[in-house]
Amino acid sequence: MALMPVKFDLKKRVKLAQTVWFMYWFAVMAGVLVFSMGLFFKIELRKRSELMDNNESHFLPNLLIFMGLIACGINALGGKICYDSLDPIKFMKWKPILKNFLVMCVVFNGLLLVTAVLCFLMRIPLQFTLAEGLRNGMKFYKDTDTPGRCYMKRTLDLMQMEFRCCGNDNFRDWFEIQWVSNRYLDFSAKEVKDRIGSNVDGQYLMDGVPFSCCNPSSPRPCIQGQMTNNSAHYSYDHYTEELNVWRRGCREAMLSYYGGMMNTIGALVVLVTLLEVAVTIGLQYVNTSLSTLANPDDPESESEGWILEKTVGETFTDIMDKMKAMGKGSKVEEGAEAPVATVS
Amino acid sequence: MVLMKMKFPFEKRVKLAQGLWLLSLSATVAGALTFSLGCILKTELRRRAEVMDNSDIHIVPDTLMIVGLASLGINYFASKICQDALDAGRFPRWKNFLKPYFAVSCFFTVLMLLAIIMSYAMKGTLESSLKAGLRNGIRFYKDTDTPGRCFQKQNIDRLQMEFRCCGNTDFRDWFEVQWISNRYLDFSSTEVKNRIKSNVDGRYLVDGVPFSCCNPSSPRPCIQYQLTNNSAHYNYDYQTEELNIYLRGCREALVNYYMGLMNTIGAGVLSVFLLQGSVLVSLRFLQTSMEAVAGNENVEIETEGYLLEKGVKETIMEYLDPLLKFLLLKNQVEEGDPAAAPATT
Repeated sequence: MALMPVKFDLKKRVKLAQTVWFMYWFAVMAGVLVFSMGLFFKIELRKRSELMDNNESHFLPNLLIFMGLIACGINALGGKICYDSLDPIKFMKWKPILKNFLVMCVVFNGLLLVTAVLCFLMRIPLQFTLAEGLRNGMKFYKDTDTPGRCYMKRTLDLMQMEFRCCGNDNFRDWFEIQWVSNRYLDFSAKEVKDRIGSNVDGQYLMDGVPFSCCNPSSPRPCIQGQMTNNSAHYSYDHYTEELNVWRRGCREAMLSYYGGMMNTIGALVVLVTLLEVAVTIGLQYVNTSLSTLANPDDPESESEGWILEKTVGETFTDIMDKMKAMGKGSKVEEGAEAPVATVS
Repeated sequence: MVLMKMKFPFEKRVKLAQGLWLLSLSATVAGALTFSLGCILKTELRRRAEVMDNSDIHIVPDTLMIVGLASLGINYFASKICQDALDAGRFPRWKNFLKPYFAVSCFFTVLMLLAIIMSYAMKGTLESSLKAGLRNGIRFYKDTDTPGRCFQKQNIDRLQMEFRCCGNTDFRDWFEVQWISNRYLDFSSTEVKNRIKSNVDGRYLVDGVPFSCCNPSSPRPCIQYQLTNNSAHYNYDYQTEELNIYLRGCREALVNYYMGLMNTIGAGVLSVFLLQGSVLVSLRFLQTSMEAVAGNENVEIETEGYLLEKGVKETIMEYLDPLLKFLLLKNQVEEGDPAAAPATT
């Protein structure tokens, strides 16, 4: 009992081939879309790789680029096969490879679905990479004279302004590191000596943040220094002040940015997978309808098309038997040699 | 004196009609492009409308949009005419339409050129509009509690961060204005009282700038306050310090941005103008060469085509005469009637 059999006459076969050919063109464009999304994601990761300690994993965008290219190739070939299926002579040359091609398509669809699931899951390793990278980035904020790190300040400032965030978890992260370079500290001043003496590492810590944390929507000029000292500023209460600096942490901001991007890409890859499954089923119908012509010489005869020759369960047991037979085949060879050895 | 006479054998006429059809198709696309360029320019100007005092500059994108729409119509008719041109039976119905059509088309094509010239000529207007708008923006920076002005601070801050500029002409504009609201000044402290007494208007002036003037590329944390006081900061000389805050004024930054945009758009519109002009010239040649064929049984004769039947001055007078007669006509009739009336009485 075949799975989902459908009867086909010539007109219906022609219509089917044309529809599947049309869908293959969409599938080629979908493959190009997947490729370009992978490329876009890769560029976005490279743009901010400094903030992730150059440690970020490019596995997912590379996989997307690879799958996009393969999708283009497979769909172009499938479209050519559909185009040739209307001409029985041309179709003959495709017949022998068609079964293997369909199996390859099914495997590819499975891989595409795995890619879509990965898009949603890769958020978790990215979270850890971002946390680590941002913490290190903030440590090197003051090192504008160290080769290799001189642009960290600018990168962090531009990032905080663009993503509207401050610090790693929140703005208090800036209180725990020295973000003012020693070159600009007057070590003869009493205030500087006090601050450096007040902690074990001899760091100049202050309860202030860089200017890039300032929120332009604040009604008052930005308060960057002495943020926890209410008496240092007129009419200021740091517990209730919300608009002065950005309250969101940059890890959360960048994670939501990249997470949103990955969710969108994952959803689009799921849609592309559905399209691919549809064209694979269409090609299977084209294949079976052309192989079961009632009268092989008459192209206008009726035929039947299906997705699977037997039901799903029977097909599965058939595949398992074939695999077992392949496994037994090597054993039979060993067994045959042994009797030969004993005979001689 | 006929302007630019050319001989047109039959094959040349056919080629002209076919070429004109393709040309009018591409000119239609070009007209749509002009319209969209006008829309883009208008959107960009409206985005920064809060720092512009007047909207005189909006005439440039408005003109571009009108010309773009008009060229769509012009080229649609051009393609229809050239399709009918080679058919002797269908061409005559366009006869009366063509004279006003050419007048209108020439007007809009010249308008396209005018738009490009205007975009360069109005640089001064744009600059003075930005000067007044930015001065107001800086003056009202502190009024975050006054309805209608509460977003000035946010707009100016975002503008300075996006265009990497500070103040109107340069950062010293901030020294002349009180940009800290009175709500955040402690009037009981001596420093505030001294500063307020130090000038006639009683304003709290500082030699400092808002945080949005800070340059992220500076190697040291941003120095916003006491900018002209070298001893207030360690290892600081305000006369040689270049990277601390943005040295460029926002007026210059915005003018450069908009002139760059208008230059790009002007280059595109110039090529559209040339395309449109060639469409009109080809159509004129086709019309005049086909007119000579009219009434002839043999369609394949060689004819002559020309641009203008008379010289340029005479053609302009010919077009303006109806207009002038319409304006002066009343006078002529009135003079004639009283003269006739006394004559009859």
